[in-house]
Amino acid sequence: MTPWQLEHPFLPVTVMTDWIQNAFMIRALVSGVLVGALASYYGAFIVQRRLSFLGSGLAHAAFGGIALALLLQQDPLLIAIPFTIIVAIAINWIRSETILAADTAIGIFFAVAVALGVIFLSIRKGTTYDAFSYLFGSILAISMTDLWIIILIFAIGILTLPRLWGNWAFATFDEESARADNHSVGRDDYALYVLLAVTIVAAIKMVGILLIAAFLVIPAATARLLSPTFFWMTVVSVCLGILSAFTGLIGSYELDLPSGATIVLCQAIFFGLALLVSRWRSAPQ
Amino acid sequence: MIVADHLTVQLGDRTALRDVSFRVEQGNFLAVLGPNGGGKSTLLKSILGLIPPTSGSLSLGTGNSRRQSIKIGYVPQIKSLDRSFPARSVELVATSVLGRWPHRLSKTDRDVSMAALERVGAAHLAQQSIGSLSGGELQRVYLARATISEPQILLLDEPESGIDVAGTADLYTLLEHFHTEANTCIVMVTHDWDVAFYHATHVLLLNNQQLCFGKPETALTDVAIRNTFGHVGHKHDTLAIGAPFPTGHRHD
Repeated sequence: MTPWQLEHPFLPVTVMTDWIQNAFMIRALVSGVLVGALASYYGAFIVQRRLSFLGSGLAHAAFGGIALALLLQQDPLLIAIPFTIIVAIAINWIRSETILAADTAIGIFFAVAVALGVIFLSIRKGTTYDAFSYLFGSILAISMTDLWIIILIFAIGILTLPRLWGNWAFATFDEESARADNHSVGRDDYALYVLLAVTIVAAIKMVGILLIAAFLVIPAATARLLSPTFFWMTVVSVCLGILSAFTGLIGSYELDLPSGATIVLCQAIFFGLALLVSRWRSAPQ
Repeated sequence: MIVADHLTVQLGDRTALRDVSFRVEQGNFLAVLGPNGGGKSTLLKSILGLIPPTSGSLSLGTGNSRRQSIKIGYVPQIKSLDRSFPARSVELVATSVLGRWPHRLSKTDRDVSMAALERVGAAHLAQQSIGSLSGGELQRVYLARATISEPQILLLDEPESGIDVAGTADLYTLLEHFHTEANTCIVMVTHDWDVAFYHATHVLLLNNQQLCFGKPETALTDVAIRNTFGHVGHKHDTLAIGAPFPTGHRHD
Protein backbone atom coordinates (compact mmCIF):
# COMPACT_ATOMS: atom_id res chain seq x y z
CA MET A 1 0.00 0.00 0.00
CA THR A 2 1.44 3.35 -0.96
CA PRO A 3 1.40 6.29 1.45
CA TRP A 4 -0.89 8.07 -0.98
CA GLN A 5 -3.54 5.35 -0.59
CA LEU A 6 -3.22 5.40 3.16
CA GLU A 7 -4.16 9.05 3.16
CA HIS A 8 -7.27 8.29 1.11
CA PRO A 9 -8.99 5.43 2.88
CA PHE A 10 -12.16 5.76 0.74
CA LEU A 11 -10.38 4.85 -2.47
CA PRO A 12 -11.92 1.66 -3.90
CA VAL A 13 -8.56 -0.10 -4.23
CA THR A 14 -7.84 -0.10 -0.53
CA VAL A 15 -11.46 -0.56 0.45
CA MET A 16 -12.10 -3.52 -1.83
CA THR A 17 -9.16 -5.48 -0.52
CA ASP A 18 -10.34 -5.06 3.02
CA TRP A 19 -14.05 -5.16 3.81
CA ILE A 20 -14.97 -7.60 1.08
CA GLN A 21 -13.26 -10.34 3.08
CA ASN A 22 -15.36 -9.72 6.15
CA ALA A 23 -18.61 -11.67 6.24
CA PHE A 24 -20.13 -9.33 8.83
CA MET A 25 -19.38 -6.35 6.62
CA ILE A 26 -21.07 -7.96 3.61
CA ARG A 27 -24.13 -8.74 5.78
CA ALA A 28 -24.12 -5.17 7.08
CA LEU A 29 -23.85 -3.70 3.57
CA VAL A 30 -26.62 -5.85 2.10
CA SER A 31 -28.97 -5.24 5.02
CA GLY A 32 -28.00 -1.54 5.21
CA VAL A 33 -28.76 -0.99 1.55
CA LEU A 34 -32.07 -2.89 1.72
CA VAL A 35 -33.19 -1.14 4.90
CA GLY A 36 -32.02 2.22 3.55
CA ALA A 37 -34.05 1.68 0.38
CA LEU A 38 -37.20 0.56 2.21
CA ALA A 39 -37.12 3.22 4.93
CA SER A 40 -36.64 6.03 2.43
CA TYR A 41 -39.45 4.61 0.25
CA TYR A 42 -41.92 4.67 3.16
CA GLY A 43 -40.31 7.95 4.25
CA ALA A 44 -41.67 9.76 1.19
CA PHE A 45 -45.21 9.14 2.49
CA ILE A 46 -44.26 9.86 6.10
CA VAL A 47 -42.73 13.23 5.23
CA GLN A 48 -45.66 14.31 3.04
CA ARG A 49 -48.15 13.17 5.71
CA ARG A 50 -46.24 15.19 8.33
CA LEU A 51 -45.67 12.06 10.40
CA SER A 52 -41.94 12.50 10.97
CA PHE A 53 -42.43 11.75 14.65
CA LEU A 54 -43.86 8.30 13.80
CA GLY A 55 -40.45 6.75 13.06
CA SER A 56 -39.11 7.79 16.42
CA GLY A 57 -42.29 6.65 18.17
CA LEU A 58 -42.24 3.18 16.61
CA ALA A 59 -38.52 2.77 17.32
CA HIS A 60 -39.15 3.46 21.00
CA ALA A 61 -42.08 1.07 20.91
CA ALA A 62 -39.63 -1.53 19.61
CA PHE A 63 -37.51 -0.91 22.72
CA GLY A 64 -40.42 -2.24 24.79
CA GLY A 65 -40.51 -5.34 22.58
CA ILE A 66 -36.77 -5.89 22.78
CA ALA A 67 -36.85 -5.62 26.58
CA LEU A 68 -39.69 -8.14 26.69
CA ALA A 69 -37.67 -10.51 24.50
CA LEU A 70 -34.65 -10.20 26.81
CA LEU A 71 -36.89 -10.90 29.78
CA LEU A 72 -38.33 -13.99 28.09
CA GLN A 73 -34.89 -14.94 26.73
CA GLN A 74 -36.12 -15.00 23.15
CA ASP A 75 -34.69 -13.61 19.91
CA PRO A 76 -35.31 -9.82 20.20
CA LEU A 77 -36.46 -9.45 16.60
CA LEU A 78 -39.11 -12.17 16.89
CA ILE A 79 -40.75 -10.46 19.86
CA ALA A 80 -40.08 -6.86 18.89
CA ILE A 81 -41.69 -7.21 15.45
CA PRO A 82 -45.17 -8.30 16.66
CA PHE A 83 -44.92 -5.91 19.63
CA THR A 84 -44.20 -2.93 17.37
CA ILE A 85 -46.85 -3.99 14.86
CA ILE A 86 -49.46 -3.94 17.64
CA VAL A 87 -48.34 -0.44 18.68
CA ALA A 88 -48.44 0.76 15.04
CA ILE A 89 -51.96 -0.60 14.60
CA ALA A 90 -53.05 1.04 17.86
CA ILE A 91 -51.62 4.42 16.78
CA ASN A 92 -53.39 4.24 13.43
CA TRP A 93 -56.64 3.15 15.08
CA ILE A 94 -56.59 6.10 17.49
CA ARG A 95 -55.67 8.49 14.67
CA SER A 96 -58.48 7.34 12.40
CA GLU A 97 -61.25 6.42 14.87
CA THR A 98 -61.01 9.05 17.61
CA ILE A 99 -60.77 12.81 17.67
CA LEU A 100 -57.10 12.61 18.73
CA ALA A 101 -54.39 13.47 16.19
CA ALA A 102 -51.62 11.09 15.08
CA ASP A 103 -48.86 12.92 16.98
CA THR A 104 -50.87 12.62 20.21
CA ALA A 105 -51.35 8.88 19.69
CA ILE A 106 -47.63 8.49 18.92
CA GLY A 107 -46.72 10.49 22.04
CA ILE A 108 -48.81 8.19 24.24
CA PHE A 109 -47.53 4.89 22.87
CA PHE A 110 -43.94 6.14 22.69
CA ALA A 111 -43.97 6.72 26.46
CA VAL A 112 -46.00 3.63 27.38
CA ALA A 113 -43.72 1.30 25.39
CA VAL A 114 -40.56 2.78 26.91
CA ALA A 115 -42.11 2.52 30.39
CA LEU A 116 -42.94 -1.14 29.75
CA GLY A 117 -39.40 -1.70 28.49
CA VAL A 118 -37.86 -0.19 31.60
CA ILE A 119 -40.10 -2.33 33.81
CA PHE A 120 -39.29 -5.52 31.86
CA LEU A 121 -35.58 -4.78 32.24
CA SER A 122 -35.92 -4.12 35.96
CA ILE A 123 -37.75 -7.43 36.48
CA ARG A 124 -35.00 -9.27 34.64
CA LYS A 125 -32.00 -10.10 36.75
CA GLY A 126 -28.54 -9.23 35.49
CA THR A 127 -27.08 -6.41 33.46
CA THR A 128 -29.04 -4.19 31.11
CA TYR A 129 -26.08 -3.60 28.84
CA ASP A 130 -27.45 -5.77 26.02
CA ALA A 131 -30.71 -3.79 25.92
CA PHE A 132 -28.95 -0.46 25.79
CA SER A 133 -26.74 -1.57 22.91
CA TYR A 134 -29.92 -1.27 20.84
CA LEU A 135 -30.05 2.46 21.47
CA PHE A 136 -27.14 3.12 19.10
CA GLY A 137 -26.94 -0.05 17.03
CA SER A 138 -23.85 -1.79 15.79
CA ILE A 139 -22.46 -2.88 12.47
CA LEU A 140 -21.34 -6.13 14.10
CA ALA A 141 -24.82 -7.03 15.26
CA ILE A 142 -26.34 -8.26 12.00
CA SER A 143 -26.70 -12.05 12.08
CA MET A 144 -27.65 -14.30 9.18
CA THR A 145 -31.20 -14.56 10.64
CA ASP A 146 -31.46 -10.77 10.72
CA LEU A 147 -30.34 -10.60 7.11
CA TRP A 148 -32.99 -13.12 6.02
CA ILE A 149 -35.68 -11.22 7.88
CA ILE A 150 -34.59 -7.99 6.16
CA ILE A 151 -34.63 -9.71 2.74
CA LEU A 152 -38.15 -11.00 3.46
CA ILE A 153 -39.38 -7.53 4.50
CA PHE A 154 -37.77 -6.03 1.41
CA ALA A 155 -39.51 -8.61 -0.80
CA ILE A 156 -42.87 -7.73 0.77
CA GLY A 157 -42.18 -4.05 0.10
CA ILE A 158 -41.40 -4.77 -3.57
CA LEU A 159 -44.41 -7.06 -4.04
CA THR A 160 -46.89 -4.58 -2.57
CA LEU A 161 -45.39 -1.58 -4.37
CA PRO A 162 -47.45 -1.75 -7.59
CA ARG A 163 -50.73 -1.72 -5.70
CA LEU A 164 -49.95 0.39 -2.66
CA TRP A 165 -47.72 3.19 -3.96
CA GLY A 166 -50.46 4.85 -6.03
CA ASN A 167 -53.11 4.38 -3.33
CA TRP A 168 -50.89 5.74 -0.55
CA ALA A 169 -49.77 8.68 -2.69
CA PHE A 170 -53.35 9.66 -3.55
CA ALA A 171 -54.49 9.42 0.07
CA THR A 172 -51.41 11.40 1.14
CA PHE A 173 -52.43 14.33 -1.05
CA ASP A 174 -56.20 14.30 -0.61
CA GLU A 175 -57.54 11.60 1.67
CA GLU A 176 -61.15 12.58 1.16
CA SER A 177 -61.08 12.34 -2.63
CA ALA A 178 -59.12 9.11 -2.36
CA ARG A 179 -61.78 7.70 -0.04
CA ALA A 180 -64.54 8.79 -2.37
CA ASP A 181 -62.88 7.05 -5.36
CA ASN A 182 -61.44 4.00 -3.75
CA HIS A 183 -62.68 2.09 -0.80
CA SER A 184 -59.45 0.66 0.56
CA VAL A 185 -57.88 3.85 2.01
CA GLY A 186 -58.41 2.70 5.61
CA ARG A 187 -56.96 -0.75 4.93
CA ASP A 188 -54.00 0.72 3.02
CA ASP A 189 -53.20 3.00 5.96
CA TYR A 190 -52.96 -0.01 8.27
CA ALA A 191 -50.67 -1.68 5.74
CA LEU A 192 -48.40 1.41 5.73
CA TYR A 193 -48.18 1.49 9.52
CA VAL A 194 -47.48 -2.25 9.79
CA LEU A 195 -44.84 -2.30 7.04
CA LEU A 196 -43.22 0.72 8.61
CA ALA A 197 -43.14 -0.96 12.04
CA VAL A 198 -41.50 -4.05 10.59
CA THR A 199 -38.90 -2.03 8.67
CA ILE A 200 -38.01 0.02 11.73
CA VAL A 201 -37.52 -3.02 13.94
CA ALA A 202 -35.36 -4.66 11.28
CA ALA A 203 -33.17 -1.54 11.06
CA ILE A 204 -32.72 -1.01 14.80
CA LYS A 205 -29.89 -3.49 15.34
CA MET A 206 -27.70 -1.64 12.91
CA VAL A 207 -28.88 1.96 13.24
CA GLY A 208 -30.16 2.12 16.79
CA ILE A 209 -33.42 3.29 18.29
CA LEU A 210 -32.30 6.89 18.63
CA LEU A 211 -31.35 7.40 15.02
CA ILE A 212 -33.71 5.26 12.93
CA ALA A 213 -36.20 8.12 12.45
CA ALA A 214 -33.57 9.86 10.32
CA PHE A 215 -33.77 7.00 7.78
CA LEU A 216 -37.42 7.83 7.22
CA VAL A 217 -37.15 11.59 7.22
CA ILE A 218 -33.83 12.85 5.83
CA PRO A 219 -33.64 11.09 2.40
CA ALA A 220 -37.34 11.84 1.74
CA ALA A 221 -36.97 15.49 2.77
CA THR A 222 -33.89 15.76 0.54
CA ALA A 223 -35.83 14.23 -2.35
CA ARG A 224 -38.72 16.62 -1.79
CA LEU A 225 -36.38 19.57 -2.30
CA LEU A 226 -35.24 18.19 -5.65
CA SER A 227 -38.37 16.60 -7.18
CA PRO A 228 -41.24 18.10 -9.16
CA THR A 229 -43.52 15.07 -8.82
CA PHE A 230 -44.22 12.49 -6.14
CA PHE A 231 -42.99 9.70 -8.40
CA TRP A 232 -39.58 11.36 -8.70
CA MET A 233 -39.59 12.19 -5.00
CA THR A 234 -39.96 8.46 -4.26
CA VAL A 235 -37.24 7.45 -6.75
CA VAL A 236 -34.76 10.08 -5.53
CA SER A 237 -35.52 9.27 -1.89
CA VAL A 238 -34.82 5.55 -2.41
CA CYS A 239 -31.60 6.28 -4.32
CA LEU A 240 -30.39 8.59 -1.55
CA GLY A 241 -31.35 6.02 1.08
CA ILE A 242 -29.24 3.37 -0.67
CA LEU A 243 -26.33 5.71 -1.40
CA SER A 244 -26.08 7.07 2.13
CA ALA A 245 -26.36 3.60 3.69
CA PHE A 246 -23.56 2.36 1.45
CA THR A 247 -21.19 5.31 1.90
CA GLY A 248 -22.03 5.55 5.58
CA LEU A 249 -21.25 1.88 6.24
CA ILE A 250 -17.96 1.99 4.32
CA GLY A 251 -17.06 5.21 6.13
CA SER A 252 -17.97 3.71 9.48
CA TYR A 253 -15.82 0.66 8.78
CA GLU A 254 -12.82 2.60 7.52
CA LEU A 255 -12.87 5.28 10.18
CA ASP A 256 -14.05 2.99 12.97
CA LEU A 257 -17.14 5.08 13.72
CA PRO A 258 -20.62 3.91 14.83
CA SER A 259 -22.51 2.75 11.73
CA GLY A 260 -25.93 4.33 12.35
CA ALA A 261 -24.50 7.72 13.18
CA THR A 262 -22.19 7.69 10.17
CA ILE A 263 -25.06 6.84 7.80
CA VAL A 264 -27.20 9.62 9.28
CA LEU A 265 -24.36 12.10 8.78
CA CYS A 266 -24.09 11.00 5.13
CA GLN A 267 -27.84 11.59 4.75
CA ALA A 268 -27.38 15.02 6.32
CA ILE A 269 -24.60 15.91 3.85
CA PHE A 270 -26.92 15.05 0.93
CA PHE A 271 -29.67 17.10 2.56
CA GLY A 272 -27.34 20.09 2.92
CA LEU A 273 -26.31 19.83 -0.74
CA ALA A 274 -29.97 19.56 -1.84
CA LEU A 275 -30.80 22.62 0.22
CA LEU A 276 -28.07 24.58 -1.56
CA VAL A 277 -29.19 23.31 -4.99
CA SER A 278 -32.84 24.16 -4.35
CA ARG A 279 -31.95 27.65 -3.06
CA TRP A 280 -29.73 28.23 -6.04
CA ARG A 281 -32.45 27.02 -8.43
CA SER A 282 -35.12 29.26 -6.93
CA ALA A 283 -32.84 32.30 -6.74
CA PRO A 284 -33.52 34.97 -9.39
CA GLN A 285 -31.17 34.35 -12.33
CA MET B 1 -81.33 11.78 -8.55
CA ILE B 2 -80.64 12.49 -4.86
CA VAL B 3 -83.33 11.68 -2.34
CA ALA B 4 -82.82 12.31 1.38
CA ASP B 5 -85.52 10.80 3.52
CA HIS B 6 -85.44 11.80 7.19
CA LEU B 7 -81.64 11.67 6.99
CA THR B 8 -79.92 11.89 10.37
CA VAL B 9 -76.14 11.77 10.76
CA GLN B 10 -74.46 11.49 14.12
CA LEU B 11 -70.74 12.34 14.37
CA GLY B 12 -69.52 11.16 17.75
CA ASP B 13 -71.78 12.83 20.28
CA ARG B 14 -72.80 15.60 17.89
CA THR B 15 -75.81 15.44 15.60
CA ALA B 16 -74.50 16.98 12.38
CA LEU B 17 -77.73 16.46 10.47
CA ARG B 18 -81.16 15.90 11.94
CA ASP B 19 -84.19 14.76 9.98
CA VAL B 20 -83.25 16.20 6.59
CA SER B 21 -85.54 15.40 3.66
CA PHE B 22 -85.26 16.72 0.12
CA ARG B 23 -85.28 15.56 -3.45
CA VAL B 24 -83.35 16.90 -6.43
CA GLU B 25 -83.45 15.59 -9.97
CA GLN B 26 -81.10 15.43 -12.90
CA GLY B 27 -80.39 18.94 -14.20
CA ASN B 28 -81.21 20.56 -10.86
CA PHE B 29 -78.78 22.92 -9.17
CA LEU B 30 -79.02 22.73 -5.39
CA ALA B 31 -77.37 25.41 -3.26
CA VAL B 32 -76.80 24.37 0.37
CA LEU B 33 -76.59 27.33 2.74
CA GLY B 34 -76.17 27.67 6.46
CA PRO B 35 -73.80 28.71 9.23
CA ASN B 36 -70.39 27.11 9.78
CA GLY B 37 -70.76 23.78 11.56
CA GLY B 38 -74.34 23.54 10.28
CA GLY B 39 -73.81 20.15 8.63
CA LYS B 40 -73.28 21.32 5.04
CA SER B 41 -70.01 19.48 4.46
CA THR B 42 -71.38 16.46 6.31
CA LEU B 43 -74.20 16.33 3.77
CA LEU B 44 -71.67 16.32 0.91
CA LYS B 45 -69.70 13.53 2.59
CA SER B 46 -72.89 11.54 3.02
CA ILE B 47 -73.64 11.92 -0.68
CA LEU B 48 -70.07 10.81 -1.45
CA GLY B 49 -70.68 7.73 0.71
CA LEU B 50 -67.94 8.65 3.21
CA ILE B 51 -70.30 8.94 6.19
CA PRO B 52 -73.17 6.47 6.58
CA PRO B 53 -76.59 7.74 7.73
CA THR B 54 -77.34 7.06 11.41
CA SER B 55 -81.03 6.85 10.57
CA GLY B 56 -83.21 7.67 7.61
CA SER B 57 -81.80 7.22 4.15
CA LEU B 58 -79.98 8.95 1.36
CA SER B 59 -80.41 7.37 -2.05
CA LEU B 60 -78.79 8.28 -5.31
CA GLY B 61 -79.87 7.54 -8.85
CA THR B 62 -83.25 6.56 -10.10
CA GLY B 63 -85.26 3.42 -9.51
CA ASN B 64 -83.07 0.39 -9.08
CA SER B 65 -79.78 1.82 -10.26
CA ARG B 66 -77.13 1.00 -7.73
CA ARG B 67 -75.12 3.61 -5.87
CA GLN B 68 -71.84 2.31 -7.32
CA SER B 69 -73.04 2.94 -10.87
CA ILE B 70 -73.69 6.63 -10.20
CA LYS B 71 -70.72 8.77 -11.14
CA ILE B 72 -70.04 11.60 -8.71
CA GLY B 73 -67.59 14.44 -9.29
CA TYR B 74 -66.30 16.23 -6.20
CA VAL B 75 -64.53 19.58 -5.84
CA PRO B 76 -63.27 19.84 -2.23
CA GLN B 77 -62.54 23.01 -0.31
CA ILE B 78 -59.30 24.22 -1.82
CA LYS B 79 -58.06 25.83 1.36
CA SER B 80 -58.01 22.50 3.18
CA LEU B 81 -55.62 20.85 0.71
CA ASP B 82 -51.91 20.20 1.20
CA ARG B 83 -50.21 22.44 -1.34
CA SER B 84 -46.73 21.17 -0.51
CA PHE B 85 -47.39 17.83 -2.23
CA PRO B 86 -45.08 17.49 -5.25
CA ALA B 87 -47.38 17.05 -8.24
CA ARG B 88 -48.30 18.50 -11.60
CA SER B 89 -51.88 19.50 -12.33
CA VAL B 90 -52.31 16.87 -15.03
CA GLU B 91 -51.45 14.11 -12.53
CA LEU B 92 -54.15 15.29 -10.17
CA VAL B 93 -56.70 15.20 -12.99
CA ALA B 94 -55.61 11.69 -13.98
CA THR B 95 -56.33 10.31 -10.49
CA SER B 96 -59.97 10.48 -11.41
CA VAL B 97 -59.51 7.97 -14.25
CA LEU B 98 -57.03 5.76 -12.42
CA GLY B 99 -58.44 5.81 -8.88
CA ARG B 100 -54.87 6.08 -7.56
CA TRP B 101 -51.91 8.40 -7.96
CA PRO B 102 -50.16 7.98 -11.36
CA HIS B 103 -46.44 7.14 -11.45
CA ARG B 104 -46.12 7.85 -15.14
CA LEU B 105 -49.01 8.86 -17.34
CA SER B 106 -49.85 6.68 -20.31
CA LYS B 107 -50.69 8.54 -23.51
CA THR B 108 -54.39 7.68 -23.23
CA ASP B 109 -54.64 8.89 -19.63
CA ARG B 110 -52.72 12.05 -20.50
CA ASP B 111 -55.00 12.79 -23.48
CA VAL B 112 -58.17 12.27 -21.46
CA SER B 113 -56.83 14.48 -18.64
CA MET B 114 -55.76 17.19 -21.06
CA ALA B 115 -59.20 17.18 -22.69
CA ALA B 116 -60.81 17.65 -19.26
CA LEU B 117 -58.45 20.53 -18.46
CA GLU B 118 -59.25 22.11 -21.84
CA ARG B 119 -63.00 21.92 -21.16
CA VAL B 120 -62.58 24.10 -18.08
CA GLY B 121 -60.06 26.43 -19.75
CA ALA B 122 -57.09 25.20 -17.74
CA ALA B 123 -54.98 23.38 -20.37
CA HIS B 124 -52.16 25.87 -19.81
CA LEU B 125 -51.87 24.73 -16.17
CA ALA B 126 -51.28 21.04 -17.00
CA GLN B 127 -47.53 20.96 -16.36
CA GLN B 128 -47.52 23.43 -13.47
CA SER B 129 -46.89 22.19 -9.97
CA ILE B 130 -49.86 22.24 -7.62
CA GLY B 131 -47.98 24.43 -5.16
CA SER B 132 -47.55 27.21 -7.71
CA LEU B 133 -51.27 27.49 -8.58
CA SER B 134 -53.55 30.16 -7.17
CA GLY B 135 -56.67 29.02 -5.30
CA GLY B 136 -58.82 29.69 -8.35
CA GLU B 137 -56.47 27.77 -10.64
CA LEU B 138 -56.30 24.75 -8.36
CA GLN B 139 -60.07 24.77 -8.14
CA ARG B 140 -60.23 24.80 -11.94
CA VAL B 141 -57.95 21.76 -12.00
CA TYR B 142 -60.20 20.03 -9.47
CA LEU B 143 -63.22 20.87 -11.59
CA ALA B 144 -61.49 19.22 -14.56
CA ARG B 145 -60.82 16.21 -12.34
CA ALA B 146 -64.41 16.11 -11.11
CA THR B 147 -65.95 16.35 -14.58
CA ILE B 148 -63.57 14.08 -16.48
CA SER B 149 -65.94 11.13 -16.51
CA GLU B 150 -69.09 13.20 -17.14
CA PRO B 151 -70.60 12.65 -13.70
CA GLN B 152 -74.35 12.62 -13.11
CA ILE B 153 -73.78 14.43 -9.81
CA LEU B 154 -71.27 17.24 -9.24
CA LEU B 155 -70.52 18.28 -5.65
CA LEU B 156 -68.72 21.51 -4.73
CA ASP B 157 -67.71 22.55 -1.22
CA GLU B 158 -67.56 26.35 -0.81
CA PRO B 159 -66.04 27.00 -4.24
CA GLU B 160 -66.02 30.76 -3.65
CA SER B 161 -63.70 30.62 -0.62
CA GLY B 162 -60.23 31.97 -1.31
CA ILE B 163 -61.01 33.00 -4.88
CA ASP B 164 -61.43 36.50 -6.27
CA VAL B 165 -64.68 37.77 -7.77
CA ALA B 166 -63.57 37.37 -11.40
CA GLY B 167 -62.55 33.78 -10.69
CA THR B 168 -65.89 32.91 -9.13
CA ALA B 169 -67.79 34.53 -12.00
CA ASP B 170 -65.89 32.29 -14.46
CA LEU B 171 -66.57 29.29 -12.27
CA TYR B 172 -70.33 29.93 -12.21
CA THR B 173 -70.34 30.28 -16.01
CA LEU B 174 -68.74 26.84 -16.21
CA LEU B 175 -71.21 25.41 -13.73
CA GLU B 176 -74.08 26.83 -15.79
CA HIS B 177 -72.66 24.94 -18.75
CA PHE B 178 -72.56 21.61 -16.89
CA HIS B 179 -75.97 22.28 -15.45
CA THR B 180 -77.78 23.18 -18.67
CA GLU B 181 -75.86 21.29 -21.37
CA ALA B 182 -74.66 18.16 -19.63
CA ASN B 183 -77.80 17.99 -17.47
CA THR B 184 -75.62 17.36 -14.42
CA CYS B 185 -77.19 17.49 -10.98
CA ILE B 186 -75.11 20.06 -9.09
CA VAL B 187 -74.96 20.29 -5.31
CA MET B 188 -72.99 23.29 -4.08
CA VAL B 189 -72.26 24.25 -0.48
CA THR B 190 -71.85 28.01 -0.46
CA HIS B 191 -71.91 31.17 1.59
CA ASP B 192 -72.75 33.21 -1.49
CA TRP B 193 -76.45 34.09 -1.26
CA ASP B 194 -76.51 35.83 -4.63
CA VAL B 195 -75.32 32.70 -6.37
CA ALA B 196 -77.92 30.65 -4.57
CA PHE B 197 -80.55 33.08 -5.66
CA TYR B 198 -79.57 33.57 -9.28
CA HIS B 199 -78.01 30.24 -10.32
CA ALA B 200 -79.60 27.54 -8.19
CA THR B 201 -82.87 25.82 -9.02
CA HIS B 202 -83.25 24.69 -5.39
CA VAL B 203 -82.02 25.92 -2.05
CA LEU B 204 -81.51 23.95 1.17
CA LEU B 205 -81.02 25.89 4.40
CA LEU B 206 -79.27 23.84 7.06
CA ASN B 207 -78.50 24.54 10.67
CA ASN B 208 -77.97 20.90 11.68
CA GLN B 209 -81.63 20.54 10.98
CA GLN B 210 -83.41 21.39 7.78
CA LEU B 211 -84.87 24.87 7.99
CA CYS B 212 -86.06 25.23 4.46
CA PHE B 213 -86.01 23.50 1.11
CA GLY B 214 -87.48 24.74 -2.13
CA LYS B 215 -87.10 27.10 -5.04
CA PRO B 216 -84.81 30.05 -4.21
CA GLU B 217 -87.58 32.63 -4.35
CA THR B 218 -89.64 30.75 -1.77
CA ALA B 219 -86.85 29.25 0.37
CA LEU B 220 -84.77 32.39 0.77
CA THR B 221 -87.25 34.32 2.82
CA ASP B 222 -86.25 36.73 5.50
CA VAL B 223 -87.65 34.52 8.22
CA ALA B 224 -85.85 31.42 7.01
CA ILE B 225 -82.53 33.24 6.83
CA ARG B 226 -83.00 34.66 10.28
CA ASN B 227 -83.84 31.22 11.62
CA THR B 228 -80.75 29.77 9.99
CA PHE B 229 -78.30 32.29 11.32
CA GLY B 230 -80.10 33.37 14.44
CA HIS B 231 -79.88 37.04 13.46
CA VAL B 232 -82.39 39.28 15.06
CA GLY B 233 -82.99 42.93 14.33
CA HIS B 234 -81.29 43.41 10.98
CA LYS B 235 -81.94 42.16 7.51
CA HIS B 236 -79.78 41.09 4.60
CA ASP B 237 -80.55 43.42 1.74
CA THR B 238 -77.78 42.11 -0.49
CA LEU B 239 -80.34 39.61 -1.72
CA ALA B 240 -83.05 42.15 -2.13
CA ILE B 241 -82.69 42.86 -5.84
CA GLY B 242 -85.95 41.38 -7.02
CA ALA B 243 -86.20 39.38 -3.80
CA PRO B 244 -89.48 38.87 -2.02
CA PHE B 245 -88.49 40.46 1.26
CA PRO B 246 -88.18 44.11 2.26
CA THR B 247 -84.82 45.86 2.45
CA GLY B 248 -83.16 46.80 5.68
CA HIS B 249 -79.78 48.24 6.44
CA ARG B 250 -76.77 46.70 4.73
CA HIS B 251 -75.11 43.90 6.63
CA ASP B 252 -71.36 43.79 6.06
